[in-house]
Amino acid sequence: MTVWCILVIAFNTFRENLRDRILYNLLFFALLLIGVSVLLGDLTIAEQKKIVTDMGLGAINLVGVIIAVFVGIGLVSKEIERRTVYTIMARPISRPQFILGKYLGLALTLTVNAVIMLGVFLATLWMDQAPIHGALFQAIQLIYVEWLVVTALALFFSTFSSSTLSAIMTLSFYVIGHLTEDFKGIAQKSHSEAVKAVMNGLYYLCPNLEVLNVKGQAAMGQAVLPSYQALASLYGLLYAALLITAACVVFQRRDF
Amino acid sequence: MDAIHIHELTKRFWSGWPGRPSVTALDGLSLSVSRGEIYGFLGPNGSGKTTTLKILMGLIRATSGTAELFGQPAGDVQVRRRIGFLPESPYFYDYLTGEEFLSFYGQLAGLQRTELGRRVTDLLEQVGLSDARRRQLRQFSKGMLQRVGLAQALIHDPELIILDEPMSGLDPLGRKQIRDLILSLRDQGKTVFFSTHIIPDVEMICDRVGIIVKGRLLASGRVDELVSHGHTQSVEVVCEGIPAERVRTIAEPATRVLQQGRRALLVLPGHERLEEILAAIRAQGGTLVSVTPQKGSLEELFLQQTHDQADGRPAREA
Ligand SMILES: Nc1ncnc2c1ncn2[C@@H]1O[C@H](COP(=O)(O)OP(=O)(O)OP(=O)(O)O)[C@@H](O)[C@H]1O
Ligand SMILES: [Mg+2]
Repeated sequence: MTVWCILVIAFNTFRENLRDRILYNLLFFALLLIGVSVLLGDLTIAEQKKIVTDMGLGAINLVGVIIAVFVGIGLVSKEIERRTVYTIMARPISRPQFILGKYLGLALTLTVNAVIMLGVFLATLWMDQAPIHGALFQAIQLIYVEWLVVTALALFFSTFSSSTLSAIMTLSFYVIGHLTEDFKGIAQKSHSEAVKAVMNGLYYLCPNLEVLNVKGQAAMGQAVLPSYQALASLYGLLYAALLITAACVVFQRRDF
Repeated sequence: MDAIHIHELTKRFWSGWPGRPSVTALDGLSLSVSRGEIYGFLGPNGSGKTTTLKILMGLIRATSGTAELFGQPAGDVQVRRRIGFLPESPYFYDYLTGEEFLSFYGQLAGLQRTELGRRVTDLLEQVGLSDARRRQLRQFSKGMLQRVGLAQALIHDPELIILDEPMSGLDPLGRKQIRDLILSLRDQGKTVFFSTHIIPDVEMICDRVGIIVKGRLLASGRVDELVSHGHTQSVEVVCEGIPAERVRTIAEPATRVLQQGRRALLVLPGHERLEEILAAIRAQGGTLVSVTPQKGSLEELFLQQTHDQADGRPAREA
């Protein structure tokens, strides 16, 4: 029953996403980007096939992040603003089950998107006669983990703030998440204790999303060690799990 | 064990700004609803009806006091299996069709596939939405949403149905349908607890009513008890065939006399002198058309209670 309720919510969330036009616009945008890279690939010489790969991976990554942020921030806040949460919470379903269901629903949407974009991407590479190596799949798998982290961020913020504020905070965390190494560097070099404290704080608080970014290597056909891939994934999933738990705790205490 | 038991319930909403006072939505509210009865929760705008229902459904937490459903504290997840709820001016997932919408709530309630299909069809039929089965909720009118919302509350055949202003947004026919539906629920042995500020709805179908004003229960009891208690019942007598100039002579005990053509309407303050009047009518050669006792209306009581409250006079229990 517990799992069943989560699945019912997840499936309904997935269905909502499917009936949302924004998703198709984004997907169209992704396919366009990948398509453009085919044209570019035609213009350049063999050595630069790398650009095609790079751009394709970048487009896939970007579109997924946009979906994760902009659908993610509405997952809970929209239900509260539209008061649909009243009838859901009147059912024999606990609040954490609801949160988990919403999260899984968007994760399912992202998975379907990933499969479609990957398919188109591989097709363009093949048409371009660019090399397809295992490193590409590694990169995509880690991109997928990054989406899961970003979705969890958006979900967490949306349990206690408005959609707009959630969007700003999620995007800030996303950007900072890609710069945490720099913050650590600044902390080490700075002489000011305050700067050190803030930079270290950001380093430890924000997810280190660079860990999940191996697009550069992948485009050059260099695979990372499987152990690295596993560890990085584990890190991302743990971070997401922590955020989802926090979202459940916040949501549990809310008045509607 | 009562279906609903509320004891000394208080809810304060904090304004969120220091210095600005909090709002006391409920102020020591106590009431209980027995199984199998239809209980009307009557109160003016802003009196705390929705707040009470939200606490019962575990959507918000009380500041103090207790609220129980079938002996379980409100907010208990499992007890909700036995309860159906329709919120005030409901909003629903507008991307779902009527059928998908009901199936979704049925699934959440744990209904199995075959039973679910049957219930969905039955309920759409009952609330008059069979034609809208495959239309998305975004195309529904306000009244249709209210109906499909009611169907949603009933999909899992709950024992207790809690409705927040179920008749709002409905046309006269719709109101009658909902009233009939509520009455048929009682025939099935269900308990119905609904809020409203529309008095005829309550008078017609409720076993008991509670009047809430400013977060307090001012009166509660059976409708007939509440309205007859402390009200002298007036009597209207209609007669025919007495010439206008002679009506005066028989109408001495009446508080009001209306005359139209051959007919006269006499309003008596009570039953006491009824016989006297009837004899006088016969003596004058008139014919009696009707004698109607006038029950006090819930509306009078409601207005009186809300008025008393403003004066700070104590409340009445019937
Ligand atoms: N979330 C909230 N924050 C602050 N005050 C609130 C909140 N919800 C309700 N109130 C206040 O509590 C009081 C009772 O509101 P409630 O919605 O329970 O009234 P009601 O009886 O349902 O009225 P209506 O007939 O208009 O639906 C009102 O004064 C309202 O302003
Ligand atoms: Mg209300």
